[in-house]
Amino acid sequence: MIALLLRDLRLAFRAGGGFGLGLAFFLIVTVLVPFSVGPQSDLLATIAPGVLWLGALLACLLSLDRLLALDWEDGSLDLLATAPLPLEATVSVKALAHWITTGLPLVLAAPVLGVLLNLPGPGFSWLLVSLLLGTPALSVIGTFGAALTVGLKRGGLLLSLLVLPLYVPTLIFGAEVARRGAVGMETSTPLLLLAGITAGAVALLPFASAAVLRVNLR
Amino acid sequence: MTLTVSDLSIARGGLPVLEGLSFVLEPGRALILRGPNGIGKTTLLRTLAGLQPALTGRIEGAEDRIAYAAHSDGIKPTLSVTENLAFWASVFGTRDIAPALDAFALNDLAGRFAGNLSAGQKRRLGLARMLVTGRPIWMLDEPTVSLDRDAVALFADAVRAHLGQGGSALIATHIDLGLEAEVLEVGPYKAAPPPLDDFDGGFL
Repeated sequence: MIALLLRDLRLAFRAGGGFGLGLAFFLIVTVLVPFSVGPQSDLLATIAPGVLWLGALLACLLSLDRLLALDWEDGSLDLLATAPLPLEATVSVKALAHWITTGLPLVLAAPVLGVLLNLPGPGFSWLLVSLLLGTPALSVIGTFGAALTVGLKRGGLLLSLLVLPLYVPTLIFGAEVARRGAVGMETSTPLLLLAGITAGAVALLPFASAAVLRVNLR
Repeated sequence: MTLTVSDLSIARGGLPVLEGLSFVLEPGRALILRGPNGIGKTTLLRTLAGLQPALTGRIEGAEDRIAYAAHSDGIKPTLSVTENLAFWASVFGTRDIAPALDAFALNDLAGRFAGNLSAGQKRRLGLARMLVTGRPIWMLDEPTVSLDRDAVALFADAVRAHLGQGGSALIATHIDLGLEAEVLEVGPYKAAPPPLDDFDGGFL
């Protein structure tokens, strides 16, 4: 398992691996929002948590179509399926590698980009906490979508259509934590729901991903 | 342990391709699969490797014992030859990749990125992976595609050494490898086409 994780991380950092793509996309989206909204710092402060969450979510989506498709194209996925590693472990490790290369950089960059959107002071820590709790769910759900579309040519668009509705609960509660935190309200209810969604997704979805992958590899 | 296949029927894309196939593969023996294109050799190997279910029949002694080499080699172009092999070695819980590099004359290429290799060199790397799996039953699908004559000889030597250590091999190939192997002609096991009046039934 560790070998697979190290290989995926190494591939991501090598040329053409796509590391930093999501981060750059996130940066550009958050830079463009003030341009389109105009110089109204009050308005920006109001929408900042939502915009940052939406930006992070879309950035996560960018690299999903490569998650399993590359391994499928060069035959590694067939070989991994016949390896001693259970497919559930394989998809979990791949989701973890996706989170480390895409989700974690987004989490760390979000507070910096919050400055651009005039995010109120108390909001920074809550934004960090909510993204840290929510982005693993984005990777795991995305892996499920990638497993569903793995054999399809140009499956990326279909993958987005399948995965975005599944991201809704995470987006609602994640953005709500950040918004409540920014205006100084109590955050424990959405925070617990967000954590619950993530825990459920991490625990259950690898089984679903492995099942659809087995069907897709036939 | 012996691989025993009895009364196996397999399907590709929902259509049966081979039926009533039975054979026994004992340790130290190799079996060559022959048959025209599209007869179902690849489907048979994929079924035995556990990638797809059989329609009917039994496969005994295959579970977690098969090293499978498909048409594509599963090589990552941005990893070096050594990194590619070492990855598969640790996935299969073995450590030593030096014998595999030696057996397929990859030592001079060890530090190169796999993306820069020629088609034949990539294939050699793909076949070297079989050695690091440490599994007793090799299943090879057209292993000699894009290999030159010397590399085919290297491959035949590697198979012979594997058989000598009590392993076995099931090889789908069209060329003569110079191995002492039984030949299984799969053509006679071709499945009967489904009856035509089933055609409408599929839409009802």
